[in-house]
Amino acid sequence: MAFPEPKPRGPELPQKRLKTLDCGQGAVRAVRFNVDGNYCLTCGSDKTLKLWNPLRGTLLRTYSGHGYEVLDAAGSFDNSNLCSGGGDKAVVLWDVASGQVVRKFRGHAGKVNTVQFNEEATVILSGSIDSSIRCWDCRSRRPEPVQTLDEAKDGISSVKVSDHEVLAGSVDGRVRRYDLRMGQLFSDYVGSPITCTCFSRDGQCTLVSSLDSTLRLLDKDTGELLGEYTGHKNQEYKLDCCLSERDTHVVSCSEDGKVFFWDLVEGSLALALPVGRGVVQSLAYHPTEPCLLTAVGGSVHCWREEAYETEGGAG
Amino acid sequence: MAARHSDSDEDLVSYGTGLEPLEEGERPKKPIPLQDQTVRDEKGRYKRFHGAFSGGFSAGYFNTVGSKEGWTPSTFVSSRQNRADKSVLGPEDFMDEEDLSEFGIAPKAIVTTDDFASKTKDRIREKARQLAAATAPIPGATLLDDFVTPAKLSVGFELLRKMGWKEGQGVGPRVKRRPRRQKPDPGVKIYGCALPPGGSEGSEDEDDDYLPDNVTFAPKDVTPVDFTPKDNVHGLAYKGLDPHQALFGTSGERFDLFSGASEGAGSLLGDVGLSKGRKLGISGQAFGVGALEEEDDDIYATETLSKYDTVLKDEEPGDGLYGWTAPRQYKSQKESEKDLRYVGKILDGFSLASKPLSSKKIYPPPQLPRDYRPVHYFRPVVAASSENAHLLQVLSESAGKAAHDPGTHSRHQLNASKRAELLGETPMKGSATSVLEFLSQKDKERIKEVKQATDLKAAQLKARSLAQSALSSGPQPSPPDAGRSSWHLPPGAGAATTRASNFRPFAKDPEKQKRYEEFLVHMKQGQKDALDRCLDPSMTEWERGRERDEFARAALLYAPSRSTLSSRFTHAKEEDDSDQVEVPRDQENDVGDKQSAVKMKMFGKLTRDTFEWHPDKLLCKRFNVPDPYPDSTLVGLPRVKRDKYSVFNFLTLPETAALPTTQTQSEKVPQLQGPDKSRKPSRWDTSKQEKKEDSISEFLSLARSKVGPPKQESSPLVSKEKECMPESLSDKVASKGVDPQAEGGGGRPSMDLFKAIFASSSDEKSSSSEDEQGGSEDDQEVTGEADLQGPQETDLGEPPPVAQALEPAAPQEPAPPLAPSFPIQKMQIDEREEFGPRLPPVFCPNARQKLEEPQKEKHRKNKEKHKTKKEHKRKKEKKKKHRKHKHKSKQKNKKPERSSSSESSDSSDSQSDEEGAGDVSPGELLRRLKCLPLRRQ
Repeated sequence: MAFPEPKPRGPELPQKRLKTLDCGQGAVRAVRFNVDGNYCLTCGSDKTLKLWNPLRGTLLRTYSGHGYEVLDAAGSFDNSNLCSGGGDKAVVLWDVASGQVVRKFRGHAGKVNTVQFNEEATVILSGSIDSSIRCWDCRSRRPEPVQTLDEAKDGISSVKVSDHEVLAGSVDGRVRRYDLRMGQLFSDYVGSPITCTCFSRDGQCTLVSSLDSTLRLLDKDTGELLGEYTGHKNQEYKLDCCLSERDTHVVSCSEDGKVFFWDLVEGSLALALPVGRGVVQSLAYHPTEPCLLTAVGGSVHCWREEAYETEGGAG
Repeated sequence: MAARHSDSDEDLVSYGTGLEPLEEGERPKKPIPLQDQTVRDEKGRYKRFHGAFSGGFSAGYFNTVGSKEGWTPSTFVSSRQNRADKSVLGPEDFMDEEDLSEFGIAPKAIVTTDDFASKTKDRIREKARQLAAATAPIPGATLLDDFVTPAKLSVGFELLRKMGWKEGQGVGPRVKRRPRRQKPDPGVKIYGCALPPGGSEGSEDEDDDYLPDNVTFAPKDVTPVDFTPKDNVHGLAYKGLDPHQALFGTSGERFDLFSGASEGAGSLLGDVGLSKGRKLGISGQAFGVGALEEEDDDIYATETLSKYDTVLKDEEPGDGLYGWTAPRQYKSQKESEKDLRYVGKILDGFSLASKPLSSKKIYPPPQLPRDYRPVHYFRPVVAASSENAHLLQVLSESAGKAAHDPGTHSRHQLNASKRAELLGETPMKGSATSVLEFLSQKDKERIKEVKQATDLKAAQLKARSLAQSALSSGPQPSPPDAGRSSWHLPPGAGAATTRASNFRPFAKDPEKQKRYEEFLVHMKQGQKDALDRCLDPSMTEWERGRERDEFARAALLYAPSRSTLSSRFTHAKEEDDSDQVEVPRDQENDVGDKQSAVKMKMFGKLTRDTFEWHPDKLLCKRFNVPDPYPDSTLVGLPRVKRDKYSVFNFLTLPETAALPTTQTQSEKVPQLQGPDKSRKPSRWDTSKQEKKEDSISEFLSLARSKVGPPKQESSPLVSKEKECMPESLSDKVASKGVDPQAEGGGGRPSMDLFKAIFASSSDEKSSSSEDEQGGSEDDQEVTGEADLQGPQETDLGEPPPVAQALEPAAPQEPAPPLAPSFPIQKMQIDEREEFGPRLPPVFCPNARQKLEEPQKEKHRKNKEKHKTKKEHKRKKEKKKKHRKHKHKSKQKNKKPERSSSSESSDSSDSQSDEEGAGDVSPGELLRRLKCLPLRRQ
């Protein structure tokens, strides 16, 4: 396993608070970057979804149409559509520009924890606490999902999609990877309920966080443990984790109000960034730059590296 | 400039009307589509292409006559000078302009030219003549000319003349005088004029003349006049619907009043039979077409009944000889005439017919015998397929018919499907010969096994009964037809029974079933006395006869219906009554091993399960991935059938026994109490138990004892509604909260804590949310709700471990102001079920508010106000919710609890600080503990 060379991390890690977005939509359940990292989505517990420019701190649009709190959202590759899922058990496809609901997919029996577009935004995959992942077709007008992946024995907490794989973490303590190309399902047992999974950017590894306050880096192909990251606190809440923009660091929320950074290779704690009081509910890492969004309570903070200078004094 | 312009105009030649120049920015007009084009007359009215006299009623000015004032009588002239001088009104006076125009009924525009008009003179020639007369030497000489000039005749006259017509003659073929000589029968009076041509009374005077035989005469020039008096109020030439004609089809015939009258009304109906061959028809006209009616093109078309089918039939044979049940002579003739060339393979034993099938002769039905009873007894008819050929044979034989020779040619043993096979035709899908062919190999084997087992059993039974009978009937004389007891078949022969035996009509009576199967076996072997042979010799004659009937009927019922039925039914998608259920073939098993592997951090092979998984075809398409299993129709994991009622199908997850830690009694309590065993075991339950029991089990019991009877009373109700961990969880939470209290007794919480709590709740509910959300109450409620969701979920999920409760912020004693939130939490518990990691609680959405120095009491008041308000709203919302009745009752049960809790919380505000751990009421304690996560920072 050839991992990218670890960079000098001091200036690389986002630790300068650049902006604070007061979202004003109750609790921010999730914050997500769009595909190129210029905008972000915040999912509020007041049934709204908001689109921001996080660097400037401007609210661009509010999407309302959910019947209950919004739990996750994702943007399509061409920034034309959004999808979101929430406590109203519905998965909603939005038109970015008009703010209108394009389609509403109903079928989940429980609240929808996580939604993802596939690479071409033709399918929405949604994971729900009803222990199923449903694949909704955005192209046809079919009201029922293309396929339902109901192999999980407990709620789905996280779904990630690559070009031919679906990675799903479930509360039953397993990470399942559905490989469409091979037509196989790989199920890795972790034991503790999974809160978040993600692919590494090189597509070789999967990062798994679970409720035993541990993050594990697993080899995607064999399921072997490549690294373990501890020190943070994640014992009851569904918290996000991710990898930094160049796979150099593992980033995770923590219940003690910090965001933890570990060196991916060494597994050593690189930084514990105090974000705020309370639980850091969600985070999102910029796809190309050291920029981090964290959601604590009702506000979202945007973090950049120390050396970062705001361009043009954007207010 | 103008001159130049005119010059250029002179040079150019323009045709047609030029288009108007387009204005700036104006779009060129689209041509009006055809359906929108209308024709208007010069007054702007919609123009119909006929006037009032030619069928339309849209006369005049907005349906008045002609003008705005309406119809003004043209006789009335108001001036004194010219009094009514025009008194005679022609029809033109009542006509519209349309009627007088080119296409009206009285067109004025077209006049016949001179060539076609008779007796009008050529003006030019007349003028020339007058000129000539003037210049003539003898004035007045033209007078002679006037006399002499032949009258100009019209073209019609000339044509008639060329055809041999002379003036003074009638038009028509020449006739002999002779036939007209015979006088009409004096007994019959003839009224009216509708007699054979020329039959007028006036011709009688010529009767006496000498008439040579070969001389014909032209008809007399008589204009036929209809002397029928008009005695009705219909319009001229109106002919109403004649019911006689319409119904009985005597069209063309005049209803002969006098001949018909003698026969009376009975002859009317009698006519029906006579006129059967004639075409039925309706002639005449009923009503005109109104002005408002759209379709008026076919007004004068006669509607004949012959256009309609009066009887459901193929085609009338024509001569009425055969009824509709008669053989189709016409059809068969047509078919035989068709030259059908067969181009397929020709089987052995078959040859192509050299001459077409001879047309069938139709014989008249036989004369019925005298003693014929019109009740049909249906003989069992057996389709002659190879399978039941024996049955057919046996039946026919046992019925006393002559056995037909089953020919030695192989073609007689072929059935349709075999022939089709030989001919290379693709078999039809629906008409498989047997249902069994739809079964999979596995199922067939199973059936076979079952069959053998039952056969064995039956054989044993038989053997036993035989032994018994042998014992009992030892001294008795052997039954008269002992030879028939050849039904002692080896048990293996049972397997060779026909497929029809799979239908077990006598399954209740194994003996009888066995006999029936034997009967079938015999029949397969072609034994003639199959029926008799298989019957129990010990039965009475009556029983035997009855059973024979039953067997024959059963064989008929169950054997041949297969092929016919199979084409009409499809397979059930699911077997609805089977004891099997489909479960995934591969299960993720041996979690115990995996757990230990995880413990040892030996991820990899030990923790990985790999399954074959079939993605949906469409999903592959959407992902731009080739289908890994292009040939399979399976989706998802391959499934196998298992016993439906096996517990193991539903044990999907490791049981608590698999947990490495030993379990104490206290954690078993929730399992025992969990009323719904079928729910999915949540991983939360197990992990939580394993983590926390040791330290808090004593507190669990403590809390439970404090909760006391009222709590236990309410718990069943609650637990029914919430699926997930009803009471025990709250108990656990309770214990969690008791813990800090009991341990430290705890100092007062820091101001920060209160600030955080109050600031968050107050700002979110009052100021900020109103600002942002337009002050609508719903939004407030939502935020509040969301606010509390975290703690509520805490109750349902895994309580935080003890370590967490001992965090610096936590160990303060439960904050009384938080207590009122309990009812809301409670309700949320009722409403929803939770699995999986919760969402974090939210308590400080607005950072600005936190900076303010909060007044404790004020905030407390605020808080209370909001809580009560919220609760009130909550209740309202609850009421609004559409719920089923049973839920309602439960809700009612809960309501008092809720209200009491809120009351107690209010009261506890004042005394909260003084209260020790031992003093709090159990309910209160529980409530506080539920709020615990709120305080954690």
